[in-house]
Amino acid sequence: MTARIGVVTFPGTLDDRDALRAVRLAGAEPVALWHRDKDLHQVDAVVLPGGFSYGDYLRAGAISRFSPVMETIIEQAKAGLPVLGICNGFQVLTEAHLLPGAMLQNDHLHFVCREQRLRVENASTAWSADFEAGQEISIPLKNMDGRYTADERTLDELEAEGRVAFRYLTEGDPADGYGNPNGSLRNIAGITNAAGNVVGLMPHPEHAVEPLVGTGGTDGLGFFTSILKKLVSA
Amino acid sequence: MARVVVDVMLKPEILDPQGQAVQRALPRLGFDGIADVRQGKRFELDVEGPVDDAALARIHEMAETFLANTVIEDFTVKVES
Repeated sequence: MTARIGVVTFPGTLDDRDALRAVRLAGAEPVALWHRDKDLHQVDAVVLPGGFSYGDYLRAGAISRFSPVMETIIEQAKAGLPVLGICNGFQVLTEAHLLPGAMLQNDHLHFVCREQRLRVENASTAWSADFEAGQEISIPLKNMDGRYTADERTLDELEAEGRVAFRYLTEGDPADGYGNPNGSLRNIAGITNAAGNVVGLMPHPEHAVEPLVGTGGTDGLGFFTSILKKLVSA
Repeated sequence: MARVVVDVMLKPEILDPQGQAVQRALPRLGFDGIADVRQGKRFELDVEGPVDDAALARIHEMAETFLANTVIEDFTVKVES
């Protein structure tokens, strides 16, 4: 029996199809979930994909966070359900307080769309176990509100507990994908909750899962094979 | 109908690049002497029924859970006469 991984579609979601495809390419069964349906249809894990749910009205993720499907996801994530939030999904997770901090508009006020280099800082989360700690990967990044912010105490706590899961690599040529693309504090690209089941990141692993499309890399596939291995071995 | 205004501002320690962009544009437009600009949001709520303590308490709860993200923003609630 293969693992079932759900992908939520909100009004304004863009990357649900790519996320479903990434799940399938990793070898799991993709399950489309609808924002108004509280039922998670017996999925073993959930991906909150990127996009501009509810047009980013009020704040990115602020309205989606109160959707019926999120009620169930919040409850089950607290009980251990693996959840990956990508871009807008990460914003939803911070708005839902499943992850600490908040996302703000990029410090340079422009939309950014580029290949981005990251370091996997924590390779023991449900969504990063197929990487090595310290491994450098390159996946696409595209956002308007990608500036991760939290107070100093929260940032120190995240660092001390190894909960900064992914960090932007800044030492190198911007043309090669180096640099902090949005002003995120401490170059944070993604974080995890203390249990390691809830992970959010700004860049898009689901756009880098096949050599023939996107930017040609498959570094994003590891996120989806990580969760599959975890679910199969559980 | 009574109106209640909720003002939401980024906390002072949070960088506000939009406010900075506005501030930087001012001298070019001939508006001198503005040292800093912070940009926020204003919500005007037309309330059905009396704006009593209970109604204000609900609006406060609304602002805290939804209109503002208190991780990054502060808010004020005031009744407009």
